[in-house]
Amino acid sequence: MRLFEASGWGLRLERRPRASRIMRIVSSPLAALAMVITGFLVLGALGKDPLTAFKVFFIEPVSSLYGIGELLLKATPLMLCALGIAPGYRANVWNIGAEGQFTAGAITGGGVGLFYGAFLAHWALPAMLIAAVLGGMAWAAIPAFLRTRFRTSEIFVSLMLVYIAQLLLSYLVHGPWRDPAGQNFPQSPPFADNALVPTLFAGARVNLGFVFALLLAGVSWWFGSATAAGYRLRVGGSAPAAAAYAGISERANIWLAMMIGGGAAGLAGICEVAGPIGLLQPVISPGYGYAAIIVAFLGRLHPLGIVLASLLMSALYLGGESAQLELQLPSSVSGLFQGALLFFLLAAELFINFRLRRVRSSRARVPAPTAA
Amino acid sequence: MNIGTWVAIAASAFGAATPLIYAALGELVTERAGVLNLGVEGMMLVGAMSGFAVGVSSGSLLLAFLAAAGAGVLIALLFAVLTLSLQTNQIATGMALTLFGIGLSAFAGRSFVGLPIARVPAVHIPLLTDLPVLGPLLFHYDPLVYLSVALCALIAWLLKRTRAGLRLRAVGEAPAIAHALGEPVTRIRYLAVLFGGAMSGIAGAYLSTALTPMWVEGMSAGRGWIALALVVFGTWKPWRVLGGAYLFGAVTVLQLYAQGLGVHIPSEFLSMLPYAATIVVLVVICRDPRTILLNQPASLGRSFHPG
Repeated sequence: MRLFEASGWGLRLERRPRASRIMRIVSSPLAALAMVITGFLVLGALGKDPLTAFKVFFIEPVSSLYGIGELLLKATPLMLCALGIAPGYRANVWNIGAEGQFTAGAITGGGVGLFYGAFLAHWALPAMLIAAVLGGMAWAAIPAFLRTRFRTSEIFVSLMLVYIAQLLLSYLVHGPWRDPAGQNFPQSPPFADNALVPTLFAGARVNLGFVFALLLAGVSWWFGSATAAGYRLRVGGSAPAAAAYAGISERANIWLAMMIGGGAAGLAGICEVAGPIGLLQPVISPGYGYAAIIVAFLGRLHPLGIVLASLLMSALYLGGESAQLELQLPSSVSGLFQGALLFFLLAAELFINFRLRRVRSSRARVPAPTAA
Repeated sequence: MNIGTWVAIAASAFGAATPLIYAALGELVTERAGVLNLGVEGMMLVGAMSGFAVGVSSGSLLLAFLAAAGAGVLIALLFAVLTLSLQTNQIATGMALTLFGIGLSAFAGRSFVGLPIARVPAVHIPLLTDLPVLGPLLFHYDPLVYLSVALCALIAWLLKRTRAGLRLRAVGEAPAIAHALGEPVTRIRYLAVLFGGAMSGIAGAYLSTALTPMWVEGMSAGRGWIALALVVFGTWKPWRVLGGAYLFGAVTVLQLYAQGLGVHIPSEFLSMLPYAATIVVLVVICRDPRTILLNQPASLGRSFHPG
């Protein structure tokens, strides 16, 4: 396909004989670089000095121990959600509702902590974590069941369930779970100390969730490269016909992918509410579940890539907050950059399987449409 | 409950359905050309924001809708270049478009939050509007409500009865064959995607200037996704999509009137209704595999590289 031409010469997009290994590695960093450059152009257009902006966006937030803790703290839910949905994306199972499973996990885990925390004593936290994982899985089981039983698109169902989960949480904290001593604020009582996810080191808010995320990354790597189930997921996505012929069950793949995604997102949910937030409230996420989709692609659906990508995305969130305070930029600038990043990424991925070649253009190559 | 209340409910259902109709019909045309654009939500928000901004600044609603359609086309062009020229994955790119649209509209529209705008006025049709019952039920809407029905008829006719519609469908069903027959597959798909963008933009502007005349971040609240689901629900047929949109309009509006009807359910559960209904109708329509197999454009969501 001709992309561009001038004075008889043009650029042609041509499929490579085999995928480029170099491009596979550099496509994500290239996209990140393009996003940073675009960011500075936007900031420049808004009349901000790019150098100051760079400092405010990327350097200042992480120039203290507390700041580094925040970087890891915000990377945690992104990493967990992205690691959870990535195996599905490899298998053509499009769970885009991690945000809802995150909320469901926060509700079930948080409920256990609020109502059984005192009774469970030092078992409260493990029980909450398990309840959150199960809650996220239960929420993901709905699209999994509807897809396997009725062939209903998991894309729509998982997304609709995000809104339903958020409304459910809103109902709970406005109604039955509202703190009677909370001056009528729509929030639950704060979690007791035994029902809080412990922080990793003093002076920062990053908690045990980050360790879970790293563990999950390790397990995902092993699962994807060394287990039969991981292999079946990959084949199911890249060669559905061959997978069917080899007797790989699509149904099992869908269930497995959705359960991994739901469980991981649920865990992320409880680590957020029983962590930095400390109670249940109507809004518990600035869209981590959606940003995780970008993180998963930015990490090229590979666990190591996802770990790095979630750190970058976390830096974007932090930079956005810092820019809001110091440069009076709206916080939505992070959302804008996130979307742009995904676009650059998708475009950069193109060059893994395609290349641009200079060709002498020949108009006769494309047949004229048949006359009406 | 008197008849007046029921008429009021029905009338607001038509209004609530209108943005869904524009967005879903646009996506229907895109999908009939074989392209799945999951970015409707993002395009709607960009349309809502630009329509509102231009409406407030210029005072002209016509300009507002033109700007919204133009903004929709521009952002859909981004999607088209990526998926059609650069062959990126349509699902991932659509998601990117939605996330980008949410961010872009929130960023660009921040100075318009909270401003008032004159609502799109209803047209007064002499005699008809003044009829009892029928007047308020059928003849007191703004022009875009009537236009949406006309648009549905037009698209149904174009797709089914004209050569252009046949070419569009050929590209969606069998792009390789259409290409071999000399159809400009990529160009036709571009046009279909851009049309979808324009319609989503108009749908967004209807939200911010007619349905709830204001601009708030993320104000479409999932309507773009519901419009996408409506295309499946309507089995890629314009009139069924229209019917589905009215059904959804009714569900959306019923939650507002439920309290008045003496239904004591917490408002959060009532607000869940449109989302839950989307899931239910999708299940109902997908239960029989033939429904999807026979109606879904055969190449939907697959890239086509003309070589």
